[in-house]
Amino acid sequence: MFSKSFMDELLKPQQLYSHRTMKTVLTRLAHSSIMRLNPASMDRLYELMIMAFKYQVLLSPRPRDLLLISYNHLDAARAFVRDTPAVLNQVDETHRKIIEVYSRLSDGEFQLLRQTLLTFLQDVHTRVSVFLKNQIQNPSGRFVLMMSGPVPAGVDVPGLIRTFDPRGREVGRSEFPPGGTYSGSVGEGSFELSGDRVLRLGQNLWFWFCLVLVEPCGPFSVLQLDRTNPLAKEELNLLARLMGCMKAGSVPAAAPRFRISLFPSDPEEEEEGGAPAEQAAIFQVINIQAVQDEEAASALARIAGQFTDEEAELENPSGSKGDDLLAMMDDL
Amino acid sequence: MFHKEKSIQLKNSASALYNNLSVLRIAPRRLTYFTVVHANVVNMVSTSWDGLNYSHRQLQSKEPNVATSTSLIMQAAFCALPSRDLLVVSSQKGIQMYESDGSIMVYWHALDTPEAPTAHAVFARGISAVSDNYICVGVSSGAVLVFDVPSKGSNITLSEVLEEHKEAITDIASECSGSQEFLANLVTADDGGNLCVWKSGEEFQLLNKIPGLDMTCSSVKLWKGTVLAGYGTGQIRLYEAVTGILHAEVNAHARWIYSLDIAPFSGLLLSAAEDSFVRVWHLAITPETNSVEIAHLHNECVTDTQSCGAKFCDGDGYAFAVTGYDLSEIIRYVQS
Repeated sequence: MFSKSFMDELLKPQQLYSHRTMKTVLTRLAHSSIMRLNPASMDRLYELMIMAFKYQVLLSPRPRDLLLISYNHLDAARAFVRDTPAVLNQVDETHRKIIEVYSRLSDGEFQLLRQTLLTFLQDVHTRVSVFLKNQIQNPSGRFVLMMSGPVPAGVDVPGLIRTFDPRGREVGRSEFPPGGTYSGSVGEGSFELSGDRVLRLGQNLWFWFCLVLVEPCGPFSVLQLDRTNPLAKEELNLLARLMGCMKAGSVPAAAPRFRISLFPSDPEEEEEGGAPAEQAAIFQVINIQAVQDEEAASALARIAGQFTDEEAELENPSGSKGDDLLAMMDDL
Repeated sequence: MFHKEKSIQLKNSASALYNNLSVLRIAPRRLTYFTVVHANVVNMVSTSWDGLNYSHRQLQSKEPNVATSTSLIMQAAFCALPSRDLLVVSSQKGIQMYESDGSIMVYWHALDTPEAPTAHAVFARGISAVSDNYICVGVSSGAVLVFDVPSKGSNITLSEVLEEHKEAITDIASECSGSQEFLANLVTADDGGNLCVWKSGEEFQLLNKIPGLDMTCSSVKLWKGTVLAGYGTGQIRLYEAVTGILHAEVNAHARWIYSLDIAPFSGLLLSAAEDSFVRVWHLAITPETNSVEIAHLHNECVTDTQSCGAKFCDGDGYAFAVTGYDLSEIIRYVQS
């Protein structure tokens, strides 16, 4: 996804995509991994992505902060691929290119960009259970806009009127009730390749929500696993290593990106309560059939037997000619 | 001071655009027209003063109906001239002028759009009538197009192109006090917060340039020789138009201001911003003594909504209307 050619294409000046085109791009991206989603799941994934994106664009304190949100995304991507230098390099290159293309836009141009994105995101009000639970979205589907908290960098706390004389000296000051409870700005985040972005938007939503949730977070507890079978955890770790997503040894302390549920009815998911359909939709339960087929197994055994017989036959006519081949087959 | 009245439902939601509400009062027919832009469509609602009759109309920008095509509309505004009222629609493709009820298009001006998309968007934005027969429309290049409008018919011509601004025009306003005594009768604003003050005529004359501080001026008004400017920092500033003297500075909103409006007979000022607040202020301007005062009167909060348009419905400021991004209604407030 971060390849130079893809990024170059993406960063060319172009018109906004339609929802259909955007969904096609997302589908291709999703299917470039081993993941396969049926159309209904893909539609649901698209809606979730759009709502999460809408949340970030709408609540961006200043239009220029869209860049900081993107840099939060890139920082997270860097963390995912930190052990793969080639991809890490691509992420860095992408980041540099974005800095190059967007840093020179004025605030007014960023606002135009944001307004155009908001036009694309207009009228989508899909309710997302994790947003509803965390009071980020209300039941009507609209996002909650706070009237409190720090003002964006470069903005003054509302409430002051100042008057000046013709020479520019302040001659009067009065206050008015702003209606909200605002505090001063907490400063601007870093727009460099690395640094404190200050802004939380664009960071892993799950990380912040998990800290807030009072009940045990379903997807992140490995307690269930330990209770059932101590070997199961090891087997899952082995599977994860084979699939190439983690180093041998430690299970990361932070939430795993996905969890493999080997049991048809995971007691954990039922415990969660609430609409199971919605839960499934959020967690994207993918069913993999890996049942041992008796017939297939015996068929394979027969075929394997035939191979050994052939090997014995080959040995006879040969001289030095078959030796290499045999050696190869032995290695197999 | 104000209380909420019954909202007007729209056919679709308002887009996040500066000054996204225009109001025209037609006293002889006891009607008020409202227009709100949604992507490439202008929603028009005509309401009778007794509140009993509503009729809707939709105008599209000239290009075929593709929601995210190049023909997004940037602004729709009524222009009230002594002889006629027109509805002007500015988009990424050009400028259209309709009869005020939206029934007939009387003029179309195409912008020079490049073959392939460029890094800088091309569009028209900022609309105002000025003096007896001119309509000015701003362009993303910073140019201001001046159209000469005859008292009737479609023989509208491009009379002049004003090239002072270097950044995209955001808003344009003309002197709305009704008095002829003020030298300046037009102000234009751009993305960098720069303000140009003009005197209209066969050749428009630049009277003053008030430099911006690199912060977008998204909405501007001119009343009794005073420029009222709303900025992306949430500030409202009051300047004397001809001299550029700063009279007052208000830390008015916690987010980007999207719309300012003035009720010229009473001196009420309305401001709306992305912070969900709509505020009413009172201006006291005495040009003779050069005194300018602004006082805060009232707040309204449109819950969970980033406002994008706010206009008084009459010259006294007895009622005002508000639109918000993604909201499919025009919210109305009336003095108690």
